[in-house]
Amino acid sequence: MSFGSGSMTNSISEIKDCKLIFLIGGNPTDAHPIIGLEMKKALKNGCTFIVADPRRIWFAQHARLYLPVIPGSDNWLLNAMAHVIIAEGLENKEFIKTRTEGFEELKEFVKDITPERAAEFTGIPAEDIRQAARLYATSEKSAIYYTLGITEHTCGTDNVRTIANLALLTGHIGKSSTGVNPIRGQNNVQGATDMCLPNKLPGYQDPSDPAVVEKFEKTWGVTLPKTPGDTASTMFERMYKNQFKAFYVIGEDPVISEPNQDYTIKGIKNLEFLVVQDIFMSETARYADVILPATSFAEKDGTFTNTERRVQRVRKAINPVGNTRPDWQITAELSTRMGYKMDYPSPKEIFDEIASLTPMLAGINYERIEHNGIQWPCPDTKHPGTKFLHEGKFPRGLGKFFVLPYRPPAESPDKEYPLLLTTGRTLYHYNAGTMTRRSEGIIHKTNDCFVEVNQADATELGIFDGEMISVITRRGQITARAEVSEKVKKGVIWIPMHFAESAANKLTKDAYDDVTQTAEYKVCSAKLEKIGT
Amino acid sequence: MVMISKIKVTIDGKTIEVDKGKTVLQAANAVGVRIPTLCHDPRLEPFAACRVCMVEIERGKSTALITSCNTEATDGMVIRTDSEKVLKTRKMILELILSDHPKDCMTCEKCGSCSLQNLAYEHGIRESQFFEEPDGGIVEDSNPVIQQDTSKCILCGRCVRICAEVQQDYAIDFKNRGFKTETGTPFGMPRRDTTCVLCGQCVSTCPVGSLVEKQAVGKGRGWDFRQVKTTCAYCGVGCTMYLNVKENQVVKVTSKPGSIPNDGNLCVKGRFGFDFIHHPERLKQPLIKKNGKFEEATWDEALNLVATKLGEIKAKYGPDHIGVMSSSRCTNEENYLAMKFARATIGTNNVDQCART
Repeated sequence: MSFGSGSMTNSISEIKDCKLIFLIGGNPTDAHPIIGLEMKKALKNGCTFIVADPRRIWFAQHARLYLPVIPGSDNWLLNAMAHVIIAEGLENKEFIKTRTEGFEELKEFVKDITPERAAEFTGIPAEDIRQAARLYATSEKSAIYYTLGITEHTCGTDNVRTIANLALLTGHIGKSSTGVNPIRGQNNVQGATDMCLPNKLPGYQDPSDPAVVEKFEKTWGVTLPKTPGDTASTMFERMYKNQFKAFYVIGEDPVISEPNQDYTIKGIKNLEFLVVQDIFMSETARYADVILPATSFAEKDGTFTNTERRVQRVRKAINPVGNTRPDWQITAELSTRMGYKMDYPSPKEIFDEIASLTPMLAGINYERIEHNGIQWPCPDTKHPGTKFLHEGKFPRGLGKFFVLPYRPPAESPDKEYPLLLTTGRTLYHYNAGTMTRRSEGIIHKTNDCFVEVNQADATELGIFDGEMISVITRRGQITARAEVSEKVKKGVIWIPMHFAESAANKLTKDAYDDVTQTAEYKVCSAKLEKIGT
Repeated sequence: MVMISKIKVTIDGKTIEVDKGKTVLQAANAVGVRIPTLCHDPRLEPFAACRVCMVEIERGKSTALITSCNTEATDGMVIRTDSEKVLKTRKMILELILSDHPKDCMTCEKCGSCSLQNLAYEHGIRESQFFEEPDGGIVEDSNPVIQQDTSKCILCGRCVRICAEVQQDYAIDFKNRGFKTETGTPFGMPRRDTTCVLCGQCVSTCPVGSLVEKQAVGKGRGWDFRQVKTTCAYCGVGCTMYLNVKENQVVKVTSKPGSIPNDGNLCVKGRFGFDFIHHPERLKQPLIKKNGKFEEATWDEALNLVATKLGEIKAKYGPDHIGVMSSSRCTNEENYLAMKFARATIGTNNVDQCART
C-alpha cells in the first residue's frame, strides 16, 4: 500500500498530545469508548478537531470544523484537501523529497479537483474544505483517525490510500502523536488479520517467497498448498454457485454479519457439510450439521492483539462452562483425528511456535507480556516493541502517493429508493449482539432496532419520532423505530447492525472492494414507508 | 526533549529530589511515603475536599497544615506527614466524615476494600465524637447495574468529577446543601433518562460503599474474589481488566488506574457486559443434526463425525472445496491453529476471518 503495512501507525497513549485530530468515518465515543476518552483528554488539552461524518456525532458537536459528508463521497473531500495543500504551498517539501515518490503525478491529478467541484459531490461548502486542509497541514502534530466509515465501501482501499496521501504530503507520519490510524472494531481483529489470511502467511509473510515457504514446511512437516485461497466473500460466492462443499466456522455468525442475508443463507444451504464452533446457538449455527460448543474468553488462556498492535494476555478465570472446550483444543483435536497431529500442552507453546515463524513477533513470549503487552514489530527478546511506525523509513522504502479518481458506490439513491442507507455500531451493543444482548445492564439502555431519520425527510414522509416504520431496499425489508432528529444528514438514514430480528444486513448490498473484498456496508439506497398505509 | 527541572524537598526528615511541578502528595508517593487520601484519584484534577491528606509544612518559625493533594512542592520545602499535629487533625477529620456515615460495615458491599473503613481502623476510631445523623439511603433507579446509597456518600466528589472530567457526560452532580448535600442525577431522574451512559466509572472510583455494582450485591466482598487480569473481549482498544471470580462465577469486572492502555477506565460493555459468560443459553454439549433436529452428542462422536466428513469431502472433491473461517473473537493462538488447520491438515489456502465485516 502507501507505506507497506496495515495497522494503526501510532499508539493510544499518544492521542492526548495531538494538536489536531482529523476524525473521518469513525465514532469513537460509541464504538471505541476508551479511545474516545483519550480523545476527550486531547480536546481538554486544546486539540483541534475536524470531524467528517454524515452523522452529527459527539466529536462533531465539539469540533472546530464539522464536515457532514455524503456517504461514499470521501474521495472527493480527501483529494480536494490535497489540492488545497498543494495549491497553497502548504506541503512538507523536505519530507516529500526525501521520503516519498509519485508526488508529481498526484500534483497533476488533483490540480482539477477543486474544493468547488468537491462541494457538489460531498455536500460540504468549498470554504470548509479549504479550512480543513489548512488546519491539517499547518498544525504541529496532526493525526488522522478513521474506522469502517472509510473502509466499508467498494472504494475502501482507495479511501485509505487517499488518506495516506494527506499524511505523506504534510509529513504527519513517523512521529509521535501523528499518523494514519485505523481503529480496529473488534477485540482481536488485528491479531486475526496478523495470523489468518488466505493470501499471506502469519505476520504478512509472502507465500511466494521460497525461503518463507521452506521455513513453514520444515516446521510443520507438510507441503504448503499452492492454489490461491478464497476470501470469506469469494467462499460465499462459491457456495451460492454450488461450487463449495464444506465449511468450518469458528466464532463467527456470517448469516448476521455478511451483507445480503438471503444470498448468504442460500450459499450455506448448498453446502454438504457445515461445522459451527461457537458459544451460543447463532443464526449460522442453525444451518450446521455439527455444532461444537466453545468456551468464552473468561475460560481460556491466550493473547489478543489490540488496535495499536499490542499483544496482550487473556487469562483463564473460570473452568469451562458445561461440557465446553476452548477453540484451540477443539481445532487441535480435530486435526489430530484427521491424521495431522497437533499436540500442544497449552496456548503458550502455540505462541512460541508463532513467534518462531513470524519475524514481527519473534521477540514476544508469555514471560515478557506477563504484566504489560508489547507492540509489534518486536524482532528479538531485547527489543522493547514499537510505539509508532515509519520513523525514518517505510517498510516499502519510500512512501507512495496514489492517484485515485472518484468511483461512485455500487448503488446510489434514485427515484424509487431516494434515501442513502448507512449502518454502524452503538455504544451499548457489539456486532451481532450475541454477547451484549444477553447482558441486562446493556439492554436496559437500548434493545430494539431504530433508524435515524433527518427531521426534514421525516416531515416530508409524515413520519413521527418513535413510530415503527418499514425500511426497504432492493434486497429486503425490516421494521424499525424511527428516531427523528438533526443528527443524521438530510437524505441519509442510519441503522445499527446489532439486531437479528431486524438485521441491517437484510438490506445491505453484497458489493465489495476489489482489493480487500470488504463489503459496502456503508452505502446503499433505501426508502422508508409508514406501516399500515 | 523538554528538560524537567528538579527541586529538593525534605519529607519526614529525608531530603529528596523531585520534578518541579509535582504536588506534595506526588512527591511523597514518589519516595514511598504514604499519605492517606479519600477524594484523590490520579486520573482527576486535585479537589482537596476530604482534607485527609493534610500534612505539616514549615513556614518561617511556625508550621502550617496544608492539603498535600493540591499543593505544589517547592524548593526547600520541609514536610512532615506523621507529626502529632497531623495525626490529631487527621483523626478529627475522619471523625467528622464518620459523623455522617452509617456504621453498618457488616452488611456493606465495600467492607474490606473501603478506604474510609481502613482509615478508621488505622486510626483506631470506634465512634465519632460528633453528633451523628447519616441520612439518605438507597436511591430508587430501575437501571440494573449501578446502585447508589446516599447515606454512605462522603462527598468526595470523585463520581461527579470522573463523569465530568474523564467521561465528559455530566450526568451527575452535587445537589442540596449542608447535611442534605448528596450527589445524583438532575431531579433524581432515572439514569437511563439522563446523559448517563452506564459506564460505571462513578462506581469504580467511589472510595466507600455509596456506589456499587448492582449485579454484584450480596455476591461477595473484596476478600472473597480472585482477581484475574485479562484483556477485554469487546472492541479493538484492548482494555486491561480484572475478572472478579468467586466459586467459578465471574461476579464483577474492575480495572486499575495505570493499566495499559485504559488507565483503569472501562466502558459499559467492558464493565457490565459479561452476563453472557454464565448465560443459560450457552451451548454446553456438542450437537449433531439428525433428521433436521439437533441431538446432544459426546465430544468423541462429534469430533469423529467432523473428521470423517471433512476427510470424505477432501477425498471426493479435493481440499479446495473446503474452507475455514475464523474470528476476531478468538485468540491469536486459535487463529493461528485455524490457519494451520486449513493449510496443513486440509491442504487449502481457503482460510479467512471476519476482519472484512
